[in-house]
Amino acid sequence: MLDIYGERFTSRLLLGTAQYPSPATLKQAVEASSAEIVTASLRRESARARAGQGFWELIERLGVRVLPNTAGCRTAKEAVTTAKMARELFGTPWIKLEVIANDDTLQPELFGLVEAATILVAEGFQVLPYTTEDLSAAERLVGAGCTVLMPWASPIGSARGLINRDGLKTLRAYFPDTTLIIDAGLGTPSQAAGAMELGYDAVLLNTAVAKAGDPVKMAQAFARAVEAGRLGFEAGLIEPRDMASPSTPVAGTPFFKELIFSDRSKT
Amino acid sequence: MQILLNGEPVATDARTLQELCASLGFAESKVATAVNGSFVASAKRGLAALSPKDEVEIVAPRQGG
Repeated sequence: MLDIYGERFTSRLLLGTAQYPSPATLKQAVEASSAEIVTASLRRESARARAGQGFWELIERLGVRVLPNTAGCRTAKEAVTTAKMARELFGTPWIKLEVIANDDTLQPELFGLVEAATILVAEGFQVLPYTTEDLSAAERLVGAGCTVLMPWASPIGSARGLINRDGLKTLRAYFPDTTLIIDAGLGTPSQAAGAMELGYDAVLLNTAVAKAGDPVKMAQAFARAVEAGRLGFEAGLIEPRDMASPSTPVAGTPFFKELIFSDRSKT
Repeated sequence: MQILLNGEPVATDARTLQELCASLGFAESKVATAVNGSFVASAKRGLAALSPKDEVEIVAPRQGG
């Protein structure tokens, strides 16, 4: 089962709540995905529109755990303040910690990330940092007290999949006991299955489902892919090799002798 | 006095953050607050005196990835 700071979950798919065509589609997609955890954010509330109040009611109806994020924060200070506001609003010590380096790649700003994680862990938060596959940053985050890491597969919303598969494989091997969740960049169910086959504990998706032609069907597709990938990992994958290795037994092959002695010009 | 509320300049008579939230209809709402970049817990809004040019953030839950 998926372990997040000592809490256990059956589903290994976490779903974002943004960009769906309608609240009803979001609700159906969450149900179809079997996700037990969804992400949410904080945004400025207008006294007129009061959009946040309606969204909160929808989240409550979903009946799932909420993982708030600090999306859009550029500095450790912004992220720490946002995390504190999120803890009060959502009533959870969990925080998906994002400190962003630039608009073009939305890459994690690793120095600010480590700084914010250190502060938040000391203040009792259970931090799920959005990071890269960089081992030294991961080491610092684990050293700060993070027992969950969320490395990107590729830039947020890019649908490019696992662009540094080897790096992610190394991260998995280096941190066998840390919960590792692929966060960002997955575009297809097969990419999610690939992440799970590497031994990652879970994946977090948003755009690939929300912007699909049929988000509900895509949520179902990702759910099955994540399950298949995990089963494959647990079953023990065979090692790849360069040359062929016949799967059908060679012994007893019909015409085996005949082929050896046959006159090839007749065939 | 003039403050910056969610990035916009506004005039207010509110003496505290609690009064400001109430004047905006947020007294019972699902909102969280910060003043000048620091978090202010809902229980402490009444103690958070506002000064001219203070930068106030009032946020609520929203869709996110």
